[in-house]
This record gives sequence, C-alpha cells and structure tokens, in this order.
Amino acid sequence: MFMRDKLSRAAHARDDAMAELNVTIDGVKVGVARYTTVAAALTMAQGIGATRVSVGGMARAPFCGMGVCQECRVTVDGRAYVLACQTVCRDGMRVETEHAPR
Amino acid sequence: MKLDFDIVVVGAGPAGLAAAYEALRLGKRVAIVDDNPRPGGQIWRQGPHTQASPPMRRMSGALETAQNATILAATRVVAAPVPQALLLESDDGTARHVSYSELILATGARERLLPCAGWTLPGVTGAGGLQALVKGGMPVRGERVVIAGTGPLLMAALATARAAGANVVAVVEQAPLASVLRFGLSLAATPSKLWQASRLTRGFAGLAYWTGSVVREVRGEGRVESVVVRRGMRDVVLECDRLAYGYGLVPNLTLALALECDIRAGAIAVDERQRTSMAHIWAAGECTGIGGAELACVEGRIAGLAASGVPIPPALVRTRERWRRFAARLDEAFALGEAAREQPANDTLLCRCEDVPIGAVAGYANWRDAKLHTRCGMGPCQGRICGAAAQVYFGWDSAPPRPPFTPARIGTLLQAAPADRARTL
Repeated sequence: MFMRDKLSRAAHARDDAMAELNVTIDGVKVGVARYTTVAAALTMAQGIGATRVSVGGMARAPFCGMGVCQECRVTVDGRAYVLACQTVCRDGMRVETEHAPR
Repeated sequence: MKLDFDIVVVGAGPAGLAAAYEALRLGKRVAIVDDNPRPGGQIWRQGPHTQASPPMRRMSGALETAQNATILAATRVVAAPVPQALLLESDDGTARHVSYSELILATGARERLLPCAGWTLPGVTGAGGLQALVKGGMPVRGERVVIAGTGPLLMAALATARAAGANVVAVVEQAPLASVLRFGLSLAATPSKLWQASRLTRGFAGLAYWTGSVVREVRGEGRVESVVVRRGMRDVVLECDRLAYGYGLVPNLTLALALECDIRAGAIAVDERQRTSMAHIWAAGECTGIGGAELACVEGRIAGLAASGVPIPPALVRTRERWRRFAARLDEAFALGEAAREQPANDTLLCRCEDVPIGAVAGYANWRDAKLHTRCGMGPCQGRICGAAAQVYFGWDSAPPRPPFTPARIGTLLQAAPADRARTL
C-alpha cells in the first residue's frame, strides 16, 4: 500500500512538474504538458466524457483520433468547430464542449 | 496569399517526409502540407511524452532548417480549383493558394471503422485512434481496455496502451489463429519486422488474446461499460472502460479522386516511378496501398526523386519490392472474414454524422442513391467513416468528392470562387 501511494505521488509530482501551461475546459482549469492535444486535456478534465451532441441527441466523444470523424469538434476561444484531436493546447486556451453546463 | 513551389507534398507522414527530403536535397523549392499541428503522420506521431523517431528527426529537421522548404502544418486542402494549384486553409484561419510544378500525394490511410450496436458511446475509439489519442497525452492509466478488430495495429495499440498504464483486458482478433500463426512465421523472412513484433507483444501473460473473434455489441449508460464478444458460437461479455477497435486501414483518396487520378483496388494507381495517371501528380505511401512505414518511406523517396526528374537507384526499387511482398502477406493473413463482415442489426447507426441507421440505407442500389435519400455520408466527415463501412457491407465505391473536401470557413471558400470563374470563362 505504501509503495503504491508513494508511486502514485511520484507520478503526480512528475505530472505537475510537466504542467507547463493551463487550459480551461467548460470552466474547469487543467494544467497540461506542452504538445498535449485538446482531446487529451478534455479527458484530464472530464474523464471519458462527451464533446458534442449528435443530431439524434446522443453524446459523442473523440473516436477516430486523427481528424477524420469530426466527433471531437469543440469550441476553442469562441471559435466553433475546432477538432480537439488535431489541436494542441495553448496557454490560456478556453474550450467548450456541447455538454457544457449553461 | 499566393505561393509557388517546384514540388508540393500533401501529407507529412513517412512517405511525405521522405519525398520532401529527397526533393529538398536536389535543390527544389518544396512545400509540405499536413492537417496535423506537427509532422509525423500517424505512425510517427509526436506528443508530450512521445519523441520523434531518428529517421523522422533527420528528415523533419532538414525541412525545418532548409531555406527552400516551407512546412504548412495544421493546414488542410480545401479545393483544387484550377490545374496545378490547391486552396489551403490553416487552423489560424489563413487561406492560401499554392501552385506547383509537381504534386506528390502522401495522404496516408485511415482506420476502417465498422459499426456495431453501441459504437457511438463515449469510450469507443479506433485502435490506431486510441494510440493517437494516448500519444497526444490522453491519460488511460488504470482504465480497463479491450482492443479489437484486426491486424498488427492491434499489437501496436496494445503496446501503447500498456506503456501508458492501461489495464488491457483482451485483444480480440477477427482473423483465425491459423492465419495469425502463418503470418507470424512469414515474419522470419523480414527480420526488422520480427523484432518489432516481438517487442510489441512482450508480456502477453495475463492477457486474453482471442483469434477468430469479433466485438458484436458495446453496452453502457452514457459511456462504455462492457462489450459483447462473439467467439465461435458463444457470446462472452467483458467489462471495460474503453473499446479500441479497427478493422485494418483504408487509403485516403479524397484528393486523388478530386484530381481524377485512376484508382485501382481501392488505392491510387501508380507506375514504377510512383507516377499517377494524371500528369504532374505522383503518389507514395499508404494512399497507394497499405504496407507500413518502411514501404511508405521507400516509396516516398522514389516519388521525391522521380518528381525532381532524377533516375531511381535500383537498390531503392528492390527495397520497395521486398516491402510490397511483406504487405501482400499482411493483407492475406488479416483479410476480413465472414464474422467481421456480417452486417449489424438494422437499427445500428451507420452514419454517425447524420444518425442514419444501416437498415435505412441497405435497400439502395448504390452509395449515391443512399446518400441522396437518407443523408447518409452527407455530414461533416463526408462519408469517410460510413463510406468505408458501406464498401464492406454493400461493395459500394465512393463517388468523387466535391469541394470543400473538409469543413472550411466562408472566407476561404470565397477565395476559391474567382479561380473557378476564371476556368469557366
């Protein structure tokens, strides 16, 4: 148990040290390493969550991971329709999903 | 903004980088365009914890420092309004016209993603898709992951997921055990691939590796909670947080089709110099047939030399032949079997963009009719996902795309208009 705690603390310390920039996802601030994609930051902030609502009202999340399926589209700094999987986080970036509490 | 180049390369994966690198060394003015923010394509994808591989570092390093090279990252091809020119849009909103003497298509491949019940649930990704997301920094530590589909990409996804701390519950391969074993033995003829395979599969103990099996259904409320795997006559339920599945790769043909290049067996047709059927257009890498990074690299080098007007060293041609034989073995071993090709239930969504179930589409004669009547394939992905699936179930080939090839801003499209008019007049 001790080993495990120590290991996970070490892992967190390492993650914090690598958090070079901050982004805000649906109002929640997360620190991320340089070159982290917005899709990755979404998972850090929300776990396996949704990025958009389909025409039939279903929750959707990043799927193809490589800019094809368009499921991961979000609003970045007020600009709609940005693909989270192909966008790298910039410091101070504000990201909104269609599931954002309003 | 207008720019003019000797050679424009579309795609900055192994093939595109190799092509650009060779042309650059011959003193050509080269531009390389890629929709991702950083070069590398899928296999050499860089991320916060993923460094560039040595060949990639050498080539992209040369491109970054050379005076005669322009890297257009996070940039998509929107249209090809006139011959020997492309309209591009970058993520920062910049629209550009680029013209070229020679064009090299290195547009790569995407995953073949086949629908099953529940495949739209958050937590379902492609197999290569999961790899790409993890390389982008997505945490999966402690998550229970099922990897499914077919081909060596599953092993690569397994290696990436495990290295990132995921608890991979099972790898579900549709190919029968005999095929997988035959392929494994044939690797002996290809030593570097053998080394790669042994590294990828290290630590198989404690992991279920099921051949001749397919995921039939994904279950969960609002996200993945379990998957149903068909093993022979039996259904087995596996609890998990993620399903990463993909049924091999399909060449990206949008731009080639728009430029009216001939297509053969689902890939861009090229001659021994990597020349397409259209003048001044060359193609290399997986858009000309699935074969892996090594084959893509050598094809890219050949295309870069040929497009620069230089003879091709026979050694390069021999290397290409060797990797093409490997690709043929791969294709044979992991051909989609009956279970993988079985059409899902009628209420399963085929088109994720427009939420069109497969039952609504099945009765039509061809892809065009199905699109016009059901809106299937008419959403923002423009049928890149459901079109590849429809090809498997119904044998329908996609129609040539219309611009914009990707969702684009109105300002960019307005820039295409004068050029279009010039051609009509």
